[in-house]
Amino acid sequence: MTEVLLILGMAIATFAIRYVMFGASSRIKLSPGLLSALRYVPPVVLSAIVVPEVLLNDGSVHVGYMNARLVGAIAAIAISYFTRNLLLTIVVGMAVFFGWQSALTHLI
Amino acid sequence: MPFSQSHSSQSHNSRPHSSQYHQLSSHDQDADLAKAPSAWREFWTGARDIIPLVVGAIPFGIIFGTLATNNGLSPAATLAMSAFVFAGSSQFIAAGMLAVKTGWLLIVLTTFVVNLRHLLYAVSLVPYIKQLPQTWKVPLAFLLTDEAFAVVIRRYESEDTAPFKHWYYLGAALAMYLNWQLCTVLGITLGQLIPNAADWGLDFAMSVTFIGMVIPYLKRQPMVIAVVVAGLVALLSASLPHKLGLMLAAVMGIGAGVVSERLFRPPLVQ
Repeated sequence: MTEVLLILGMAIATFAIRYVMFGASSRIKLSPGLLSALRYVPPVVLSAIVVPEVLLNDGSVHVGYMNARLVGAIAAIAISYFTRNLLLTIVVGMAVFFGWQSALTHLI
Repeated sequence: MPFSQSHSSQSHNSRPHSSQYHQLSSHDQDADLAKAPSAWREFWTGARDIIPLVVGAIPFGIIFGTLATNNGLSPAATLAMSAFVFAGSSQFIAAGMLAVKTGWLLIVLTTFVVNLRHLLYAVSLVPYIKQLPQTWKVPLAFLLTDEAFAVVIRRYESEDTAPFKHWYYLGAALAMYLNWQLCTVLGITLGQLIPNAADWGLDFAMSVTFIGMVIPYLKRQPMVIAVVVAGLVALLSASLPHKLGLMLAAVMGIGAGVVSERLFRPPLVQ
């Protein structure tokens, strides 16, 4: 019974947040100022997710060649900057990350 | 497929009329979509474009299935949570709270706070989805995740005015959804046999994908400042509970961007 309440409650809470703007979207009018601020949402949110993901490990910041995620991320930034090719960025970033990680475990 | 009815009369109007959304986009995958728009092509392109993020989510789905059942949630409830809640972060937090015997109401309230960031995604999508009928808005809202938003907003911001971009949304979001269900099942059934999924490094796929999505935005100084501020604030506030750090970083980043836009105008700094 508690499980039903838990899942029902979580489902309602989550859907309410996801839906409220969609449901009201034909009635609400976003001001030009807000619309231009919203252009920042995708890059800002994505970098707020990525930066801690890459630099933090167990709550502390790791900067240096021992952090394979950081090395992979730098490779990805470079590839994306020079090629603008998303798929290539993903493939090279992952390859550098895995390669660096296994090099670290084998050499150290 | 509950959405097989055609909504072409409404969906032709579903693109935004203002051109201001397009100036930041720089996309490469949309060329063939622009040539011959079709609902199914959009659908499959969406499902294809989200694959790297689907891969990145695999270990988390498996770990969730394992963790939740270990922490006292029944297998049926674990499956139901993935099927009806479909929100990775809050599912993880719920599983963690169950381990320390937290009451359901507190878990529900926490879920609400953890998911607040979806408001920001939904508002950003409003200009693009507002013409759709409710039969579309309900499933698209239900399937909204960080990953779906990241992929879908790129499609909506792209130059072409294809009328079926909501099908792209559906394809991407549904691929994410099905993968999450599958991985939850894997975690429940085989979780004990699968060696430490957290150490595979597959989750890094999300980071490189997001990096590849962010870099093309960095054309003007306000955007660079916004992204740098967001990253720094996220790093400094990472210890805040319930993903509030992410929310704070997003708001501060947007604020920094808007303020520096004012500072750099009218003559843009060369």
